Amino acid sequence: MKEVAVIGCGMTKFGELWDKSLRDMFVEAALQAIDDAHVDKIDSMYVGAMTPGLFVGQEHIGALMADYLGAAPIPALRVESACCSGGMSVRMGFFDIASGNSDIVLCGGVEKMTDGADVTYALATAADQEYEVYHGVTFPGLYAMIANAHMYRYGTTREQLAAVSVKNHHNGSLNPKAQFQSEITIEQVIKATLVADPLTVLDSSPVSDGAACVILASMEIAKKLQKPCIKIIGTGAATDSLALDKREDITTLKAVEVSAESSYKMAGVKPTDVSLAEVHDCFSIAEICIIEELGFIEKGKGGPFTEQGHTSLSGKIPVNPSGGLKSKGHPVGATGVAQVVEVVEQLRGNAGKRQVKNAKIGLTQNMGGSGASSVVHIFSI
Amino acid sequence: MVGIVGYGSYLPRYRIKVEEIARQWGRDPETVKRGLLLKEKTVPGMDEDTITISFEAARNALKRAGIDPSEIGALYIGSESHPYAVKPSGTVVAEALGIVPNVHIADYEFACKAGTEAMFVAYGLVKAGLVKYAMGIGSDTSQGAPGDALEFSASAGGSAFILGADGVVAEVLDTFSYTTDTPDFWRREGAFYPLHGGRFTGAPAYFKHILGAGNAILEKSGYKASDFAYAIFHMPNGKFPLTVGKQLGFTKEQLEPGWIVPLMGNTYSGSSPTGFSATLDIAKPTDLILLVSFGSGAGSDAFIFKVTDRINEVRDKAEKVKDMLENNRIYLNYGEYAKFRGKIIMNE
Repeated sequence: MKEVAVIGCGMTKFGELWDKSLRDMFVEAALQAIDDAHVDKIDSMYVGAMTPGLFVGQEHIGALMADYLGAAPIPALRVESACCSGGMSVRMGFFDIASGNSDIVLCGGVEKMTDGADVTYALATAADQEYEVYHGVTFPGLYAMIANAHMYRYGTTREQLAAVSVKNHHNGSLNPKAQFQSEITIEQVIKATLVADPLTVLDSSPVSDGAACVILASMEIAKKLQKPCIKIIGTGAATDSLALDKREDITTLKAVEVSAESSYKMAGVKPTDVSLAEVHDCFSIAEICIIEELGFIEKGKGGPFTEQGHTSLSGKIPVNPSGGLKSKGHPVGATGVAQVVEVVEQLRGNAGKRQVKNAKIGLTQNMGGSGASSVVHIFSI
Repeated sequence: MVGIVGYGSYLPRYRIKVEEIARQWGRDPETVKRGLLLKEKTVPGMDEDTITISFEAARNALKRAGIDPSEIGALYIGSESHPYAVKPSGTVVAEALGIVPNVHIADYEFACKAGTEAMFVAYGLVKAGLVKYAMGIGSDTSQGAPGDALEFSASAGGSAFILGADGVVAEVLDTFSYTTDTPDFWRREGAFYPLHGGRFTGAPAYFKHILGAGNAILEKSGYKASDFAYAIFHMPNGKFPLTVGKQLGFTKEQLEPGWIVPLMGNTYSGSSPTGFSATLDIAKPTDLILLVSFGSGAGSDAFIFKVTDRINEVRDKAEKVKDMLENNRIYLNYGEYAKFRGKIIMNE
């Protein structure tokens, strides 16, 4: 396999972008990435998007985006794996280059969620329709069940869940592209409007518009550019049952654990080697489960670990320095690519006020549904 | 000097509390109250509609103006709940007030800003010298679908303003209108309840247009927020007017007298006009008042008024808005409310 590097990245601001369409956002992020990479051609492209068909009535967006970017007739494919469509788009681009098929690939993600669609319904199509959604379950409900089980089994507290959101809002306050750039308190999280007991609206990622793109290249090409290039040293993906009731233990996100294991193995690194991680905190409880599956802390201890500040910007393992899905925003298809953008900026030392010191190895973890699919990438300088 | 020579309001006696509506739909009342800053709303009686509300408000305006109704040369009613799709509300009101037949009449509709539209046209006609007096009315029995967030706010009431050049109580110093095609809230022909774009009704609709009109009239007139004694902004809920007022540089104290939405609800075309009426009830001579409406679709009308000495002579000649809001209230349960609002399908 050829070695693969990230040579450019770009993203729109995340938020309620009322005056930008699906294609506007994608092209904006793609042009930023192309400009950043200083390349004048792309061999192929991948576009991660969860459900533009339900959100704005538009499918077939691989070709659409290639056309609007002015990149046609290159091959372009939409990649879908619910909320980890973006991460999977990067994985597809990695294999395209590693296999020797392409030299330079654009991997992007985009979602336009605020155009009037029933967002709760659209997102719920990533859960098991016959065994979950039919019975009235929504994603906040599924993650609330995971939270309740985690609290019951491991003694995780309401305050520890809130600490995830407080930390991520602090980081987001330092990120000019974040949807929310304001600090919040533990008390505000707990007293906010209840969504699904015990999760409140401040435990939950928002509805967002946005796009993010990265340019990948083979190492030979990357070296010729004489620009800082960030290597992709590990990629791993895994699946699990869509429905929570099919899992042995709903506090364990098996797909996250397996995707992390294969990514660590490929990269030849251990969890303790990781300088920072961008993870899929769609709800506060998700971040607690994920840092346990990634091996940053042993199972069941994610709550106290977060509460003690070990995942803060200056902690043992900074998690979600960008603000995460909670504060930066969660335009579902764009999220996985935006995580890569953040890790690249951190490893380049360009992250400004939220820069993690001595960042050498970064990890991204992006997942679909309630953890039925997960993709983990590891990057190094 | 052209301005308001008489003003008056009317609010029905019936009320329903936020708790009662929340209970009906299994919502947490404290969350709704905190989110919308609302406590209760007015409900029209079974024999009340835009026409009767307009009449009552106009009668109060005539009491304060002290003029002969037959001298009114134009009467305009702005509403999004005119009882008839075809046949004006204005003719009924004018007939009942003794204004017909030598009068120009039209009904307006522009979501929640139809009332200030009526006021603007009435002002223009008087200023042009085409009529001696003209009446502009904003009045509604607002619609909100059962279970929708609008049901907590959509209420009933209205205010009437007689524009003229003699006996002015509040001179119009300046006006400005700001309008774009922004589909944030609509009701199609024949539809029973309006639809809306959720959060799209906020930043790109309400805030963009009120800030557009508000900033423009301040720049055009040369006044600063601190020059005004009071300001009134359209009140779709409790939060929006406080937020937009702050963005334009106004303090809570400047907004307080006109911020009547927690007890009144959103009387749509009658919302900001009734907030203005409540402000005139307590204003002093020489006070400057800014009024900015908002109507979905979307647009805002802004007015700057300067209160005259005559306010002290007229304000007690009709019932004040605060008294209507706080006295003689009759609370309904949700079943009675459903009956009053015609939400129960009956046999013919």
